[in-house]
Amino acid sequence: MIGVGKMKQYSNVLDKPLSKGKQEVSLSAFAFLFSELVQYNQTQVDNIAELERRLEDAGYAVGSRVLELLCNREKGNRRETRLLGILSFVHSTVWKVLFGKVADSLEKGTEHEDEYMISEKELLVNRFISIPKDMGTFNCGAFVAGIVKGVLDNAGFPAVVTAHFVPIEGQQRPRTTILIKFADEVLKREARLSQ
Amino acid sequence: MANTACFMIVARNDIPIYEAEVGSAAKREDAAQLHQFILHAALDVVQDLAWTTSAMFLKSVDRFNDLVVSVYVTAVFKMLVCFFLNLTTHTRLMLLHDSRNEDGIKSFFQEVHELYIKILLNPLYLPGSRITSTHFDTKVRALARKYL
Repeated sequence: MIGVGKMKQYSNVLDKPLSKGKQEVSLSAFAFLFSELVQYNQTQVDNIAELERRLEDAGYAVGSRVLELLCNREKGNRRETRLLGILSFVHSTVWKVLFGKVADSLEKGTEHEDEYMISEKELLVNRFISIPKDMGTFNCGAFVAGIVKGVLDNAGFPAVVTAHFVPIEGQQRPRTTILIKFADEVLKREARLSQ
Repeated sequence: MANTACFMIVARNDIPIYEAEVGSAAKREDAAQLHQFILHAALDVVQDLAWTTSAMFLKSVDRFNDLVVSVYVTAVFKMLVCFFLNLTTHTRLMLLHDSRNEDGIKSFFQEVHELYIKILLNPLYLPGSRITSTHFDTKVRALARKYL
């Protein structure tokens, strides 16, 4: 009879310990997976804004899980309640776990009170991607912007997060900036808490 | 040994995603609704408190013996005390209990927190939806028997 044999015992994921996991994953494997993700979404939509939104949604799911997991692993269950705290958490801890290094810089926007920027010379997800001219300002860093949005949103700091290319003189490839614009309630709460 | 306890996990939008009566005594008919009522009432207090401290484990936040309704309750149940664990994603683990075994409760919360993270890591689980896994239910009840 086909199929007769020893039944494999599947242990439930809840029984396994929450381990540190493998620290490193193959970059080429991730590049293939990400390119397939972008291509799949490209076939489903017919304009750039929708494509960016879909990448952002994919990143959002990652961000919400990464936040909870990292707070348990790295920070010993202490929550962030202040704006600068959560921004430096994203800038160092999240970046280190996801991309292996801290982000290049974290700056406060000069024009508006509620804008912050995380810049990176070369985003890991964009490393093997080139944007054709007819796609204009599309940036696959929307995925990373979605991750940041997921982390901030779920920590209680709702924000609009976007990814932009910033051309730098003297460098061939432009720098990527993640622009974070916080919602009003965040600023009000910050002001209230800092009294 | 405690005889009444109600455990609930409440998501960010104040919708419970998991609830369990983990007491070991015989249940009264209205006990379940009353426990949920108390836990919901204490949510507002926790929300304000959550932004003032960066710790996760908030101890007895709300004593249910200074309302008119509670006079009846306390005569029967003694004092019911709420314990909260505020997660970073503002999911709250809440436990309504009538003993003061704080260390046991803290360990219970930590174990359930780990279970919750494992559920959350499932990419097919929508954060904020009900937890329907029977295995999770079994494990939570086993932990409750162990620590409470």
